[in-house]
Formats: sequence, structure tokens, C-alpha cells
Amino acid sequence: MRLGRQVPLMAGWVQPVAADWALNLPAPKSDIAARIYDIHTLILLICLGIFVVVFGVMFYALFKHRKSVGHQAQHFHEHTSVEVIWTVIPLLILVAMAWPATRAVLDQKDTANPDLSIKVTGYQWKWEYDYLQGGVKFISASSTPADQIANQAAKGAHYLLEVDEPMVVPVGKKVRILLTSHDVIHAWWVPELGVKQDAIPGFIRDTWFRANEIGTYRGQCAELCGRGHAFMPIVVVVKSEADYQAWLAAKQAGKQAKAVAAVAAAAKSFGPAELKARGEKVYAAHCVACHQADGKGVPGAFPALAGSRMVNGPAAAHIDRVLHGKDGSAMTAFQEQLDDADLAAVITWERMAWGNTGSPVQPADVKVLRK
Amino acid sequence: MNTTGNRRTSLRLTLLSAAMFAFGFALVPLYDVFCDLTGLNRDAAQALANNTQVDASRRVRIELVANVQDGALWRFAAPSLPVDVHPGELVQVEYELENLSDRPLIGRAVPSYAPLAAAAHFKKIDCFCFREQRLAPHETVRLPVLFVLDRGVARDMKVVTLSYTFFALGKRT
Amino acid sequence: MEANLAHPLPHEQHAAPAGLWRWLASTNHKDIGTLYFWFAATMFLIGGLMAMLIRAELFQPGLQLVQPEVFNQLTTLHGLIMIFGVIMPAFTGFANWQVPLMIGAPDMAFPRMNNWSFWLLPVAGVFLVGSLFLPGGAVAGGWTMYPPLFMQGGISYDLTIFAIHLMGASSIMGSINIATTILNMRAPGMALMKMPLFVWTWLITAFLLIAVMPVLAGAVTMLLTDRNFGTHFFDAAGGGDPVMFQHVFWFFGHPEVYILILPAFGIISSVITTFSRKPLFGYASMVYATASIAILSFLVWGHHMFTVGMPAAAQLFFMYATLLVAVPTGVKVFNWVATMWRGSLTFETPMLFAVAFVCLFTIGGFSGLVLAMVPVDIQLQDTYYVVAHFHYVLVTGALFSIYAGLYYWLPKWTGHRVNETWGRWHFWLSAVSVNVLFFPMHFLGLAGMPRRIPDYALQFADFNRVASLGGFVFGASQILLLIVILKCIRGGEKAEARAWEGAEGLEWTVPSPAPYHTFTEPPEVK
Repeated sequence: MRLGRQVPLMAGWVQPVAADWALNLPAPKSDIAARIYDIHTLILLICLGIFVVVFGVMFYALFKHRKSVGHQAQHFHEHTSVEVIWTVIPLLILVAMAWPATRAVLDQKDTANPDLSIKVTGYQWKWEYDYLQGGVKFISASSTPADQIANQAAKGAHYLLEVDEPMVVPVGKKVRILLTSHDVIHAWWVPELGVKQDAIPGFIRDTWFRANEIGTYRGQCAELCGRGHAFMPIVVVVKSEADYQAWLAAKQAGKQAKAVAAVAAAAKSFGPAELKARGEKVYAAHCVACHQADGKGVPGAFPALAGSRMVNGPAAAHIDRVLHGKDGSAMTAFQEQLDDADLAAVITWERMAWGNTGSPVQPADVKVLRK
Repeated sequence: MNTTGNRRTSLRLTLLSAAMFAFGFALVPLYDVFCDLTGLNRDAAQALANNTQVDASRRVRIELVANVQDGALWRFAAPSLPVDVHPGELVQVEYELENLSDRPLIGRAVPSYAPLAAAAHFKKIDCFCFREQRLAPHETVRLPVLFVLDRGVARDMKVVTLSYTFFALGKRT
Repeated sequence: MEANLAHPLPHEQHAAPAGLWRWLASTNHKDIGTLYFWFAATMFLIGGLMAMLIRAELFQPGLQLVQPEVFNQLTTLHGLIMIFGVIMPAFTGFANWQVPLMIGAPDMAFPRMNNWSFWLLPVAGVFLVGSLFLPGGAVAGGWTMYPPLFMQGGISYDLTIFAIHLMGASSIMGSINIATTILNMRAPGMALMKMPLFVWTWLITAFLLIAVMPVLAGAVTMLLTDRNFGTHFFDAAGGGDPVMFQHVFWFFGHPEVYILILPAFGIISSVITTFSRKPLFGYASMVYATASIAILSFLVWGHHMFTVGMPAAAQLFFMYATLLVAVPTGVKVFNWVATMWRGSLTFETPMLFAVAFVCLFTIGGFSGLVLAMVPVDIQLQDTYYVVAHFHYVLVTGALFSIYAGLYYWLPKWTGHRVNETWGRWHFWLSAVSVNVLFFPMHFLGLAGMPRRIPDYALQFADFNRVASLGGFVFGASQILLLIVILKCIRGGEKAEARAWEGAEGLEWTVPSPAPYHTFTEPPEVK
């Protein structure tokens, strides 16, 4: 068993935490979330009422029927009509509770007539959003820096709830979410929109939401999925229809531009310093969660890159590993997520950081090994 | 102490416990039966659609989705646009599968539907699901699905998603 | 207990046992009951230490003490240990000590199988805790062990499956023993509807265990073969389904939580009747309510899976069935209050824990009702609201009932009265701190904090800090209990046969401490 780094607790004490003391569900931003909020309030009030009545009676007895105030025990031990009443009345209360809930269940499941569909795939430990109509697909990973998690830097306001590429949707439109997973069961959840669904590998399940207000809504993975379960947040940015279309167009153009740039970059040759600088950023975004900021990995779980034979040896094996991952392990293939320039940069960074003595790598070296 | 009585009771309870162990395993086929009865997520048997009358009064959008678990080894793609079909209409779509590696590979696709209730109405005449696909290195194949969305599909079901997840089979290197 | 039973009466057939061999080979229900309690106490310290580590990590945002994969091992083992290593063995300890005494039987139906049932547990315990030191660490997929995550683990996952088989075998053998004893060995005149409610609750619990532990065994065997022998029960690539595991697991899992609470209902009924000096209100309804809860428990497993993608009809069925279970449970709470009503109440430590149980377990019941509402559950599934719910029913519920039972029956077992002052300190410290620890978790879940995370967003920091402080006080307060028990074993004011005024039942007709062999001749029951 390996314990983490010991960091002085004092570093955390002076943390200006966003004090909240929130007592209830967040303010609802969709009709479903609003109905959930109301149903919860109803149940809570009913439970509170029953609690006050029942325990009012009990505390009265605890007080008045004590031996120490001289109360003698009365020997009754059944009363059929009372027992019938306190069986039937709870049953009726439950029926009353179930009625609004039933309506909401049917509506939550009604994915018919969506305005757009987005396929969401859960990965260990990030999300992929694929806009089926728009032809736009991208990874959305946590963008909270590792040094904030390690208590070496002050935590930002959206600590653990920020991503590099949020999901963007238009306001007031019914968005159908098709959920699946690449590896283990995850769950996609945005509290303010009142939507949660499990992402199951090999299966596709759908759910939906319609955001009522423009804004940014944050959620988290809601099914234990390994060491990164706490570190795969969800951010949904709701824009006006016009802004959404603009974003989509930009993304599509960006896809083109990225493809063009990738081709251009692939032909370029970069200096080692430039590669390392760029590679350090790519590493911080994509690799640090497992291989750690010091490159030492996690013994027994994620191999160390510092001092690694593969990283210090011939470049081809190292490039192949990053491009194609390792079957049967948690190492994913990065060939879809990163272009040749980024790949060359991060591989160079790994080969030259932490005292490693490997050689730099150019985008062309990466491109030739792509399959 | 009534040892005979005790022995008899304990034997019955042991049998009960053994029966429940078997029941746990029986749940696996029992769920298949349950899904067949309710039509949930059931791969409607590859059968000839006996009702070929087309319902021209409405269209249903079929979204086509492809997922691949071993993205380093395979490229598995759905047609880029959804198809709008009339219930009862015979439709063919093609998925594309490419072996990205330098060695022959075997794999298999598993279908899934959303919403679940659509599964019972998705009559696939010819489909590559559950069939082993063997591809030579760098070979690309087109995998057709010939299907009919039968007329019984609910009127308010306007969008149905057909999803395939492709898995590599055999030893992992 | 040992001080008085070190020189037990010689038995006609063999010399009195002594020393280590006495404990290894005992076929005496009192000794075996004692063994179960010491095992549960040891596991409680270990599982409790893990809880303290968890709360220490969650004291502030950021990772301070443990890496996430170690945190996941802690939460998983904490759950497995507390459920299978503490609550279930402690209740079995009560069954062993009390059932023969309460029905006028000389011992359990199968004394030797009783011994084996116990000794399987320490072996399983060593496997579970020891797996922390195996390569890859201990199992870390949650006590619920969902695949495919469970497939990713190392050798300790297979060892854990083996440990679960051992504990399951122990429970099944124990339950067959308890059920046979209750059905066949009651003293003449003790009709089923004359038995103390504690015996009824254990009879029904034993049936539940016999019915569902084999299903768990099946589920983990399927995990084992999927992991090692090429089966595809839960692997979509092979035509299987990860959700299948959830169905099989929760088919066991839901009755399991009733297994974890029904004996508590029995203990609390005994304690409240004694300290109210009144018979239990509505005995027959209590029996029927317990039986209905047990039967209904087989129909509600889907409420642990509402977000898995099941159709609306299934969600509605499970919602209605779950709400239905609230009815007999409510009946029991009303009956306890009615027992206290117009009684002559005193508040020795057992009664303090019993009253706290009635109040706080009900809070746990209410949060369960909230979770049963499917639309609300969509928001609250896998959040700290669920953690709050099950800790209220298991800690202020099951654990507090164990405390009540210990304080209540220790005089019978040891021959000494318990030190009331220490008992009261233990009670008040525990009762206050447990609420500081778990009540804020309702708010955390509502506000959006997921469960099973070692680090969280800043808006959750305040309540987490409060909960952790409550946790540290609660953990420390349990040391008091250990002191109370040790003091009571070693000495104290002499306890009468009827140690509590108002106590009814066959166990109070034998001397305190209870002789090594009791009811060798069946007593007369009117």
C-alpha cells in the first residue's frame, strides 16, 4: 500500500473556499429539474410532518410517563382499530406521493422528437461528445491543474468542475443524449438540468434534457469508475440558438483548420525547446493524471516514465505506445485525440524531462507510424 | 433433542440454499426470457418482414451510431448521415470496418437500440451483428444492414438510434 | 465472561475444556457467541480506522493523505468489513447467546457446525484485510463490485471473492442452525406466537440468509469465471451484459439490508418492553410486519439501479414496491412508541440507545422514502445523500441496536452490572457526534456531491469539514465502549438473575452469569 505525498495541512487551511452551506437541490434550470425539486419538497414536508407528530407523541411519553415522576404502567398491548388506522393512513399518504412522481417518470423517459442528438461516450477518465448531426466530435477532459489537486497552488473557483472543451447546446431545445462507454460503467450527470444516466460499455441508452436558461452548468461522473472517478467533470454551456450555430460552425471549421494545420505541422521541423514547451502543456492536460507530474507514475498501476527503458530507448517503440495504447491496460490510444505535432511534442517532453536522455521526435516521425 | 427432526429440517434448508444458488445462475437465461416477452432491447430475430406495406404517412429518423472498443486496431464507422424511413419500408445502410493493424484480426459487433422499446420493431433481414468478422491486415469491408422498421412502431417515436459496438476477439497482445 | 466460565461445570461426557483449545473447539453456544462478538469488535476497529482515514482525507478539498486508488480500497474494504465483518457477526453473536436461552433449549441444533460457522470468519477477515498488502492493493471497485470495473483488478479481487464465499458459507450454515433450533427445539409450551420477538426476527432473518447468500455466491462466482475462465456473463463483447450483474447482486443486496436490520428490530423490542415495564404493543402485528418486510424485500432490488436505463414501467414497479415496504416498517415504529406510551419508563443505557434508534432509524427510513421516488433518485443516486441514508439505518440503526443489546444482556453474560456513568458518556458522545457526522451528508448529496470520491469541488468543503469532525469524535467515543465492556467482564456490582426490573423472558430465570450449560432439562412455559 502506497500512501500519497505528505503535504502540510496548513497549505489547505488558508484556502479561500467558496463557502456554500447549500441545503437543497440546486436551482433548477430545466422543467424536469424544477419538477424534481418540487416533488422533493413535497416528500420532505410530508416526512417532516409525520416525524413531528410521531416523535412529539414519543417525547411526550418519555417525559410524562417516566417512573421517576411516579407514572404507573398501564397494561394494554393491542388496539385493533388504531392499528388499522395507522396502517391505512400511511398507505394513502404514499399513494399521494407516488402520483406526481409517476407523471415525472414517464416524462423523463420520453426521448421522442429531439431537436438534436449528441452521443456521449465515457472513458477512463474523460468524456467524448459526438454531435451526430453536426459531424463534430471531441474529448472533454478535466482542466484542473495537477498542482491544485496536490495542494501546491491555490484552487480555482471551479476546482474539479472545469473542462478543456465543454458540451455546447442551444437554449430551449430538446437535446437527446445517447450514452455509452468505452471501458467501464460511468454515469453522466448535470444536477441543474436534472439529468443522470449510466454509460454502459457495449450498449447505448438514451435520455434527454431541455435547458431553459443560457448559462454554464457543471456536473460529475456518478458511477465509480476507478482512480479518476472524481476527476472527469461535465460542463454544459447553454447558448442562444445563434451563438450555438456560430460555435458549431467554428468547430466544423476548426476541424478543417486543425486537419490542415496538422498536415502543415506534420511537414515542419521544430526545435527541441519549442517541442518541450508545447509537450509540457500537452502532458499536463493528458498524461499527468496517471504518470504524475514527476513522471514517476504509480507503482503497480501506472508505469514510471522517468528512467523508463522505453522512453529512453529507440523512439519508434515509444511513439507506437502513445499512438496505439497498450491492449489490456489503461493506456489509451492517443492517435485520434492528438495531432502529429502535439504527439511529437509530448513524446519529446517525456524523452527529455526528469533526467531522461532520449532524443527529440518530429511530427513526421509520428505520422509515419500511424495506422 | 429431536435429532431426527433436526436432521430433516436442516436437510430441507440445505436444499433450499442449493436451489437458490442454482436460481442465481438461472437468472441469466430468465432475463433473456423476460426480454423476449417484453421486447426490450431484444434483437428482433433476423426474419423476413411479413408485412411489407409501407406507411407513407410518416417518417422515422434512424440515427446510426458506431462504437469501437479497440480504436488502435480497428476503424468502425457508421454512415455519416441518418436515414429517414417510412415504417414498413425496406432499407439498407452500410457500416465500414477497417483493420488498422499489420496482422489478421477477428472481431464482432453487438447491437443496441435507443429507446429500448424500439428494439422489438427493428426487424433486421440481414445484419452483421454477432457474426465474426475476419479481416486481413489493412483490409476494409463494407458491412450492410438490411432492415425494416415495422409499422407497429409507436406513432410518437420519431427518432430511433441503432448502435453497434465493435469488439476485437481473441488473445490480447 | 471468561472469569466466571473458566471453570465450567463438568459435563458427563467429557472433561471441562480450558485454555486456547476451549475456544478453538468449542461447541457451546455461549462460547461461540462470545467468539462472534470479539471477532466483530476487532473488525470494527479495523473498519473504523479506515473510516477515520476516509474522513481525514475528505476533511479538505485536495489530496492530502492518500492517492485516489488507495482511497477506493479504503471505501471498498470499509463497506465489506462493516457489513460482513461487524454487523452480521455481531447479530449472530446475539443469536448464539440469546436464542437457546430465550426458547429454553440447551444449545443450538448442530453445535459442531456452529463452531465451523464461526471459524470460517477469521480466515475470511485475514484475506480481506491482508489483500491490502498484495500487489495492486486490495479490491477497490466499491463493496458492490460492479463489472467491468471489477475485471480490471489484480489478484486481491479473486481473493476477495474467495473471502465472500467463506463468509457466505458461514452465514448459510449459521442460519440453517438457527432456523432448525428455533423450529424444533423450543421448550414445550413455547408456541411460535409466544416466542420473544427477537427470536422471530432471527427466524425470519435466517430464512432470508438461506435464500439470498447463495445468490451472492452465484454472482461472485460469475465474476470469478468472467475474470479467469473465459465466460462472458457480464461482458458485452461476448454477448453478456454488465447490468446483469447488478440485477443478480441486488437481488441478494436488497434482502441483505433487511438481514442487517431485522435482528435490530428484535433487540429494540426486547429493550423497550423491559424499560417501559409494559408488554410489547401489537405483538402479532409485529410478527406479520416483520414477515411482510422480508417477503417484500425480494421485490424491490431495482431501486438500486434506477439510472441504469431500465424502462419506465420497471422504474414504476420498483418505486411502488419500495414505497409499500414503508407501511410495515411504519407499523413497527408506531408499535414501539405505543409500547412506551403510558408505560413506566426509566432510561438506563440500553433504553437510551433504543430510544435513539427509534428516532434516528426513522430518519434513515425517511431518506429511503425520498430515494424511492424515481425522479428524485435521478438526482440523488450515487451521491452523498445515499451515503447519509444507509449510514443512518446501519449506524444509528443496526449499530445502536447492537449497543443497546450489549448493555442490556452483558449483566446476564458476565454476572456484573454495567457502569452506568461510562455507559451514559458513551451514549451521549456517540449520539451527538453521529448526527454531526452523517446529517450534513444529506445536504452534500442534495447540493450535488457524488460518492466514492477522494476529492471534491469547493462548494462542498464546509459540510465535509463538519462531518469529518463529527467522525473523529464518533470514532474516539467507541473506545469508551471497549472500556465499558472490559470493565464489566472483569468486575462490577453483582447482577441478579432478573438484572432489570421489568425484564421478562426465559433468559432472566437463569442465574447471572448464565451457567455454562443451561436448560439441560426443558423449563416449564405457561
